[in-house]
Amino acid sequence: MGVQTPNGFNLDNSGKRIVVDPVTRIEGHMRVEVNVDSNNVIRNAVSTGTMWRGIEVILRGRDPRDAWAFTERICGVCTGTHALTSVRSVEDALQIKIPENANSIRNLMQLALQVHDHIVHFYHLHALDWVDVVSALSADPKATSALAQSLSPWPLSSPGYFRDLQGRLKRFVESGQLGPFKNGYWGSKAYRLPPEANLMAVAHYLEALDFQKEIVKVHTIFGGKNPHPNWLVGGVPCPINVDGIGGASAINMERLNYITEIIDRTIEFNDQVYIPDVMAIGSFYKDWLYGGGLSSKSVLAYGDLPENANDYSPANLLLPQGAIINGNLNEIHPVNHRDPNEIQEFVTHSWYKYPDETKGLHPWDGITDPHYELGPNTKGTRTNIESLDESAKYSWIKSPRWKGNAMEVGPLARWTVGYAQNKAEFKEPVDKLLKDLGLPLNALFSTLGRTAARALESQWAGYKMRHFQNKLIANIKNGDSSTANVDKWDPKTWPSEVKGVGFTEAPRGALAHWIKIKDGKIENYQAVVPTTWNGSPRDPKGNIGAFEASLMDTPMADPNQPVEILRTLHSFDPCLACSTHVMSEDGQEMTKVQVR
Amino acid sequence: MDAAPKKILVLGIGNILWADEGFGVRVLETFNTLYAAPENVSLLDGGTQGLYLVQFVQEADHLLVFDAIDYGLEPGTLKIVQGDEVPKFTGAKKMSLHQTGFQEVLSAADLMGGYPEKLALIGCQPLDLEDWGGPLTPPVRDRLVQAADLAAVILEQWGAPCRLRAPGEAIEPLLANDIDMQNYETRMANVRTGG
Repeated sequence: MGVQTPNGFNLDNSGKRIVVDPVTRIEGHMRVEVNVDSNNVIRNAVSTGTMWRGIEVILRGRDPRDAWAFTERICGVCTGTHALTSVRSVEDALQIKIPENANSIRNLMQLALQVHDHIVHFYHLHALDWVDVVSALSADPKATSALAQSLSPWPLSSPGYFRDLQGRLKRFVESGQLGPFKNGYWGSKAYRLPPEANLMAVAHYLEALDFQKEIVKVHTIFGGKNPHPNWLVGGVPCPINVDGIGGASAINMERLNYITEIIDRTIEFNDQVYIPDVMAIGSFYKDWLYGGGLSSKSVLAYGDLPENANDYSPANLLLPQGAIINGNLNEIHPVNHRDPNEIQEFVTHSWYKYPDETKGLHPWDGITDPHYELGPNTKGTRTNIESLDESAKYSWIKSPRWKGNAMEVGPLARWTVGYAQNKAEFKEPVDKLLKDLGLPLNALFSTLGRTAARALESQWAGYKMRHFQNKLIANIKNGDSSTANVDKWDPKTWPSEVKGVGFTEAPRGALAHWIKIKDGKIENYQAVVPTTWNGSPRDPKGNIGAFEASLMDTPMADPNQPVEILRTLHSFDPCLACSTHVMSEDGQEMTKVQVR
Repeated sequence: MDAAPKKILVLGIGNILWADEGFGVRVLETFNTLYAAPENVSLLDGGTQGLYLVQFVQEADHLLVFDAIDYGLEPGTLKIVQGDEVPKFTGAKKMSLHQTGFQEVLSAADLMGGYPEKLALIGCQPLDLEDWGGPLTPPVRDRLVQAADLAAVILEQWGAPCRLRAPGEAIEPLLANDIDMQNYETRMANVRTGG
């Protein structure tokens, strides 16, 4: 039986139910259930994710100046972004102004994280949804070389290079250990690249793994260490001493030059490897334009990267801010994180309790009170669910809404807002990419479009790193070496009760932390993370979230091999924080796919 | 003539916010408190980073890992695994970053060149991995010192004898900002008892 959602999707759960659990190559535990019709087209989608128990449980009563160190541990991927969002929320609450150098350094760290995450996501978590590793074994190295050289001036492209790599891959596969290439549906009809393109992509998979370690050195240098770089309320913890030689942690000219070199190499990698690969893959899949979901309807961007320190107004942010609803690109709505009626979280379909669940709560007043109960149509038991009842509570993820609308966040949302604002730096690369692939604008609103927007953003971010690096060096040369403002470091200088909000654009989308401080200690702390927006379950009005919407109407080549589902979900770069891990002797947990 | 000393990496992995899941990081912290390691040994708090740890693994000649393991043993049981058994053993049900198992980190290091010559894992059977914000459980906490001592024995076998620190010796802490074990757990205990 069909149901029309207020946000424009026709749900029909009468067909075969397919359960994919877990969705692999993501952070955290996620499960998805879909119903397909007799042609194996997805007609209903239900996504559910791991428990997000609320960081306030751990932070309540602690020193706000330490909150970043905890939020950095929420997740293994977005470490720095959480830390940045946290220090911004505290600075907002206490009205602390940071020096210009600190702003430039934070932007450099944030951009480095953006590029790092985008490259790692594309090559190591997402490319294998498009690239068949096993097919690469039958590629002709000479033809691979010709293909690579026709696409890019990147020097690692000789026939010998690809022959060696193929040999290594072959030995690796023959030894029976597929390692990072486990859990693939190799040979599926959903893969379309010729063997040579597959081999080239596998080569770049390894090159990207090797290169990503360079990018994180930006964090090691400015943050003192990596993983888990250091942050500071009021600025950045690294002192600047331009003439210093080999000082313990101070930033000197030698270190700054090293960062300049990393930025140059990042720009080169984006231009010569990442973008050409996305274009090459896109050219083989350009009629596979499923997965758009909410992106052509409702998108949300908080904006980020303040050009000048301490000004978070939209005009001063290099990444755009705004909300688009109902597909109207001609109207960009302003976003106010403080307005109790704009951003609200609902729990009607989430395993939490609110006093009144018909209403949403603004994060400053947020509650995280776990309440696990299953709907009457659930199949299986409480501990071993065969299929969920989506008419009741069915996920540990809450449902954030902007003025009641389900929104998509992430690179595609940001680029859509930038495009709609007619900003050349967003519009021109998008138009060029579409023109080169021979596709219309609406092709952007697809799985492939999401993947392409991320690549364009990585390229953009490399150039913005250069911008802030130049700005930092110029400012230091002008004699300003200030990196921190500690005027309000002492809690005795704080008002007894304050609240604040800090926001960023994490690689995978809009992120904000809301804090309440009372008598120098944290009273409440709520983080609404990007995957909560994208992975949200239904809301009281029945609107489906971005993950669910993106799967709708996608045809599957073979329901037993859910390549299409993984491809689309991975295009969001999902990150369901706080997964647990444990080593065991019984080997990697394989994805269970059940067709009922 | 002496060859250059081997580069040794001692790596603790896990998420300190999830009770016994933090075992790997907390042993590393304990080890740092008890022992001073020679110059060629580096300690790394790997947290929940998965594949991003590959470069550290590639750079190491010898690798010693602390982590929670699931062998279906009595909670708190320590298990040492060495050499080729480590990748077989560390099948990682769902380790950390993007469900990258540590096995995958090792095989990525292998594929790229730079697989450690010597490899050991000191694991501990957890009692509770689900307690968000909770401290280590007593059976696991009771093994931290023993696990650190075992690491010192292995490092000695690897030609890197560690010095037992003097009482009151100044130590640079591995974790600061209230996430060190003492402050983290004291505070959580207070929250839970309403103190």
